[in-house]
Amino acid sequence: MFTFILKRLGEGAILIFVVTAITFFLTFGAGIPVAHNILGPSATPEQIASLNADLGLDRPILEQYFSWLGGVLHGDLGHSYFTSEAITSSLIHRLPVTMSVVLVSCIITVIVSVLLGVASAARGGWLDKVLQGIATISYIFPAIVLGVVLVYVFAVTLKWVPAIGFVPIGESFGGWFGSVILPAIVLAIGGIASLAAQVRGTMIDELSKDYIRSLRSRGVTERSILLKHALRNAAGPALTTFSLMFIAMFGSSLFVEKIFALPGFGSFGYMATIQGDLPAMLGVSLFSVGLVVVVNLVVDLANGWLNPKVRVS
Amino acid sequence: MTLLEVDNLRLSYPARGFRKKSPEVLKGVSIEIAPGETLGLVGESGSGKTTLGRAVLGLAAPTGGSIRFAGHDITNTPTKERRGLARDIQVVFQDPYTSLNPALQIADILAEPLIAQGVEGKEARTRVMALLDRVGLPANSADRYPREFSGGQRQRVAIARALALKPKLIVCDEPVSALDLTTQAKVMDLFLELQRETGVAYLFITHDLAVVRHISHRVAVMYRGEIVETGTAAQVTNHPRDPYTQALLLAAPTADPDKQRARREARWKMMREAANATQAQGGTAVSAGVSS
Amino acid sequence: MTVNEVTQPLEVSAQEMKKRAGAMKRLLRNPLGLSSVIIMLALVLLGLLEPVLSNHDPLFASLQHINAPAGTDGWLLGGDQFGRDIWARVLTSINVSLISAVIGAGVGLVFGSIFGLIAGYAGGRADAVLSWIFNLLMTFPSLVLVMVLAPVIGSTYQGMMAIFGLFLAPGIFRLVRNLVQGVRNELYVDAARVAGLSTRRILSRHVLYVVRGPVVISTVFLASTAIGVQSGLAFLGFGSTQTPSFGSMTGDAFANIYTEPMQFVWPSLFLALLSGSLILFGNAYRDALAGPQTVAAKKKHRREAPHEAVTRYEPDGAVGGGLLKLRNLRVSYPQPDGSEKNVVEGLSLDIHPGEIVGLVGESGSGKTQTAFSILGLLPKEARVAADEMRLAGDSLIGVSQTQMRKLRGGVISYIPQEPMSNLDPSFTVGSQLMEGLTKAMSKAEAKQTILALLERVGIADPARTFNSYPHQISGGMAQRVLIAGAVASRPKLLIADEPTTALDVTVQAEILDLLRELQGELGMGVLLVTHNFGVVADLCDRVVVMRNGHLVEEGGVREIFHHPSQEYTQELINSILDEDTVRMDPPVVVAAQAGGKE
Repeated sequence: MFTFILKRLGEGAILIFVVTAITFFLTFGAGIPVAHNILGPSATPEQIASLNADLGLDRPILEQYFSWLGGVLHGDLGHSYFTSEAITSSLIHRLPVTMSVVLVSCIITVIVSVLLGVASAARGGWLDKVLQGIATISYIFPAIVLGVVLVYVFAVTLKWVPAIGFVPIGESFGGWFGSVILPAIVLAIGGIASLAAQVRGTMIDELSKDYIRSLRSRGVTERSILLKHALRNAAGPALTTFSLMFIAMFGSSLFVEKIFALPGFGSFGYMATIQGDLPAMLGVSLFSVGLVVVVNLVVDLANGWLNPKVRVS
Repeated sequence: MTLLEVDNLRLSYPARGFRKKSPEVLKGVSIEIAPGETLGLVGESGSGKTTLGRAVLGLAAPTGGSIRFAGHDITNTPTKERRGLARDIQVVFQDPYTSLNPALQIADILAEPLIAQGVEGKEARTRVMALLDRVGLPANSADRYPREFSGGQRQRVAIARALALKPKLIVCDEPVSALDLTTQAKVMDLFLELQRETGVAYLFITHDLAVVRHISHRVAVMYRGEIVETGTAAQVTNHPRDPYTQALLLAAPTADPDKQRARREARWKMMREAANATQAQGGTAVSAGVSS
Repeated sequence: MTVNEVTQPLEVSAQEMKKRAGAMKRLLRNPLGLSSVIIMLALVLLGLLEPVLSNHDPLFASLQHINAPAGTDGWLLGGDQFGRDIWARVLTSINVSLISAVIGAGVGLVFGSIFGLIAGYAGGRADAVLSWIFNLLMTFPSLVLVMVLAPVIGSTYQGMMAIFGLFLAPGIFRLVRNLVQGVRNELYVDAARVAGLSTRRILSRHVLYVVRGPVVISTVFLASTAIGVQSGLAFLGFGSTQTPSFGSMTGDAFANIYTEPMQFVWPSLFLALLSGSLILFGNAYRDALAGPQTVAAKKKHRREAPHEAVTRYEPDGAVGGGLLKLRNLRVSYPQPDGSEKNVVEGLSLDIHPGEIVGLVGESGSGKTQTAFSILGLLPKEARVAADEMRLAGDSLIGVSQTQMRKLRGGVISYIPQEPMSNLDPSFTVGSQLMEGLTKAMSKAEAKQTILALLERVGIADPARTFNSYPHQISGGMAQRVLIAGAVASRPKLLIADEPTTALDVTVQAEILDLLRELQGELGMGVLLVTHNFGVVADLCDRVVVMRNGHLVEEGGVREIFHHPSQEYTQELINSILDEDTVRMDPPVVVAAQAGGKE
């Protein structure tokens, strides 16, 4: 088990390293006219050269990379070219917004998916139809459309929740909840579509296995068979799907942040890209990959713990 | 002149990961088969009998020792040269349900070895029809799919495929174990008939002693990667010398209640004697502990 | 062997003909499948005919037509907030989406399948390296990266889709790799290798067929994803800002939603039609590949009394003190075409207390179905009926699942054929066995009982085995464990389904000894399902022979072996390979053994 953890941590570190390196060399090496963008079209060549020197952009690229890397290892991601704000602090301010939405969405997704998936596998019938219905809706209407529709109906027309803006949880729980629930639902629909189908499929497979029949032959209750045995064995693949779904959700939060005007991670990255704010772009990449690695690690650990072959070794 | 000569063959499967070395599956196995002869290879699970068959077929790579066919060393032949050997050594597998590609028609399945040797079109078709006839399947089988046939019939197709190139040796890996009793008998008869007609040799792998008696000229018994006894069929199955072979014979139940009772009692007697012997040597008694 | 016997199963039934009709035809017959194909084709056509069908250039803006409503002359769907023709923009967007789908899914497909093929077939190091790379790729937060890299790659939507396609590749890679690996391990591929077929030929003949269907389905779903992602990115304002696309249209419409909500509806509608038809097509194709399905009866599984019911409750005495009384058992399954297939018909059987009855037959005889119907463990679709089915005088007919559950693991027990697959891999051996017992006794008592039984069945270290997981014990031990579990409740009737078929001969002998001992100690009645006459000779008092769902003959064990009354029984007995004859004829050496070339 211990070696398992170490191995995964090692792989995660490599992933972060590789991705950020690639991103660095691609962005910094692409020749984006940063100084030009900052100073505007009327800048003189001298002003551009001077700004480039200030920002350290005239150094050889490898030097720039190691300098950035060095900063990262100290927790310093540099400063925005445009706002001079420290990237690290910007990200830390933005993260709770995105994470609120994603976490609430995950909770909704997991609960609904497990309930729907298990019930559908055990009973079938109309539950299957519900599941398929949700899946179809999520495929046909991507996040953008769903988001706009939900905003229009619930926020603009019914006025149940505010259409835009984020209320931090510290300020008011009700306000916070109102500001994240709609975007969370938008993301959750896509998540439920994939996770519920996965849970259902794996449960059906498990329920048709020999050991289930043997358990029944010993008089074990249906409830125990369903929730203790089958679900336990079905959890592994479901967890893997969950991690993929989380990554996708995190990406999709970009869209909902625009629709619901949430000052989150995604909109930060968006602004950075539009402006060509290189340190911010890198900071966003680093953070995203880091988050993904952490989530994957947790899921892998859970999977390893669930699997007796790994746990016992 | 020996047809197949396996000398001190060793085999371990490639190790997974950098740490352990995987255990040896074959620990220095030697067998011989003469032309037209059937060597029955008997053993339980873990004996390595299937692995030995696969090594002869070139499906598993030995890590030591040698295999010679008609005088030539074929121990580690690369894939390209294996094609030539396909004319001499063929196979019939155990599972009639997965040894035929469900997506291909019978004619295509039977033509495959011919195609591999460059025989195509009309000539291939003629030979396919002849093969079907040889194994007792009707001509209209050619355009059908495996799923339309029973287990016994599919096994006939597998036999026909093995015969297509007129090999000198066929490795039969438990070919009747998955078949019903009545079908088993008929397929065994087919094997015998074909051998008498064509003079092909068999390496007949099985765990079933009754089957091995029926078809083998000579028998070799395997246990955990080693050959523990070899001899003529009569000798090994009626007067075994090795204690494992003896245990094996007594363990197999016979289809007669009274004879079976006698055999059972003989087996218990043998177990008691073995237990006493170990005790007398000062070792711990063979308790009711499980042997596997 | 007569030709008749050989040709009999070749009768091609009506069902077989239907199956062969091919997946495409089945798909088109499915209304959803047909409609999805029609919609897709219609949309593609609209996109192709864009130059003809649209009145204006999609970028042309007319001040008079700002927010023009739909149906305005020459402006079919009206004008957007900049005065551009919505209809023209929709048509162009269709093309943009289709191109995105082709690029995104195409890149994913090409990379994924080529490397998946290599990884799956070559295995070993190539597989390890490629799998590692693609796993890494799969965990990339693709959207974020595509966005960040957008200015670098060049902000055309085609470029972004090509990059995104790379992130789609791992899904196809994994699929192809697993499929190819599966095929590579099939015996028919081994046979092809032995036949001397080249690798290239093996791949094209055997591997491709298996891979085709699932890859098509996956690619269709990828295409839909690509369309969705491109729309999303365009919505945010990434990629070819001048080119109209559903994303940019919805983005613009969103900004304008308070003024003119309908402008949001048009692009959403067409986007939905496009994505939706792709998904429906994918689903329909997947269903079509799976073949015709039965309309499964979702009724709660109850054993029904026949409608001409003459069953009345009979007190013990009248039944004659038998343990199991089975009269006229019928088991059938509904078929896709509505008919019913009978797997057991008119079977009657008696088991007396303390008696071991062997139920023998070949495959398709119905012996296993009979055993499971007594236990009440047949699948939901099965239809079971009997004139009488009594255990120790109590009728089992019309008994609810809850009541059956109480009987199972109590009065009736079961030993399965395949030991390892009958243990839950996630729980310790001990905890699994205890679970059935705790309804009748406390946990502590249950544990003691199990430990004692594990020792009784010959396991050397009961405590250790109790705490082990299934993967830590051998097959023979697993079977002993299952036997312990089955006898723990001191059942009256033990149903053993080929309990030694999956075991080695030496282990089999030990297990048979064990069963004999336990039966003697507990006085159980045993129904032993087997196809092995040696096992029957070793254990059974009486024998029941079945064939094709019918009872052929039954009688004492010596009678059946020495004086069977039915021809089929005699045929079975004759097929048992004689133990006395050993092969005597010498090897034949055929003169013309010059190899098989010609």
